[in-house]
Amino acid sequence: MKNLLLLSLIAFLSAPVVAEEFGDLGGSLRSHDLESQSATAELKNYPKEHDGLQLDYVQQPPLIPHSIRGYQVNKNSNKCLSCHSFKNYKKYGATKISITHFKNRDGVELTDVSPRRYFCQQCHVPQVEAPPLVENTFEPAGAVSE
Amino acid sequence: MQLIKSIWRTLTRPAVHYSLGFLTIGGFVAGIIFWGGFNTALEMTNTEEFCVSCHEMRNNVFEELKPTIHYSNRSGVRASCPDCHVPHNWTDKIARKMQASKEVWGKIFGTINTPEKFEAKRRELAEHEWSRLKANDSLECRNCHEFDSMDFTLQAGRAAKQHSTALASGEKTCIDCHKGIAHQLPDMTGVEGWH
Repeated sequence: MKNLLLLSLIAFLSAPVVAEEFGDLGGSLRSHDLESQSATAELKNYPKEHDGLQLDYVQQPPLIPHSIRGYQVNKNSNKCLSCHSFKNYKKYGATKISITHFKNRDGVELTDVSPRRYFCQQCHVPQVEAPPLVENTFEPAGAVSE
Repeated sequence: MQLIKSIWRTLTRPAVHYSLGFLTIGGFVAGIIFWGGFNTALEMTNTEEFCVSCHEMRNNVFEELKPTIHYSNRSGVRASCPDCHVPHNWTDKIARKMQASKEVWGKIFGTINTPEKFEAKRRELAEHEWSRLKANDSLECRNCHEFDSMDFTLQAGRAAKQHSTALASGEKTCIDCHKGIAHQLPDMTGVEGWH
């Protein structure tokens, strides 16, 4: 309880500082006034293939460096595993699925991909060529980015 | 029996009332009409419109086709039902059409008239199409996708690798890797190349 009070006090005191840091946003995060239509975001296509998308932070699920249009991942079939499974990865020169994906939520090792890790795109996604929307000073973390 | 005999007698004797010219020209004209009519009817059954006039096709497989590359794409070239499911070559087409009479039977007796029934038959129906395409070396794919016209340098690395090796050597054919290119897949347990 004491901690919570302290935390809210810090939050309260630092609020004006945060607002100042980002400059005058006109009371809003939008870049145009309320009455006008915002500009339509540009549609971006997924490249057919990327070369080596680097990791940005530790434990980041690696990005998918290729197009996955039409890939079906459901209870009937898993297109990703037809190249990335332990059985097939060597044949296709694909990255193999991590052994950590064999563990179920109780920490028990299974003999194949655990159902909770079966739906690849819950964590692994392809990436478009998209520069950051807002200028920022983010730097990839430590050794994973090299 | 009497009837057959009398028909046979008429057919084996020369015509009495009609001239040879009338019979030849008349037969020729009638032939054109019947043949044309037959082909027109055949072509009518060979359209997307005809296929999706049954709800079995419209609500299941046609819906699945819509988001795929063969139906919506950047260049606006579209492959529709008969482009992949009916051979273009005439004799093969007739053979397929005769097979398709079983589908009329299925329609009448409602073999796949609910989504559940269709789902239960999905593997079997898919296997028919896989084995047909495997047997004819993916002919319906190759009607548009010519191997000799492929530029591997313009393909993505993964595609170029497979096309220049397994496909080039004839070891594999299109359908071996491109199952599910236009429709949802059935349970793939035990299918070669699947997890």
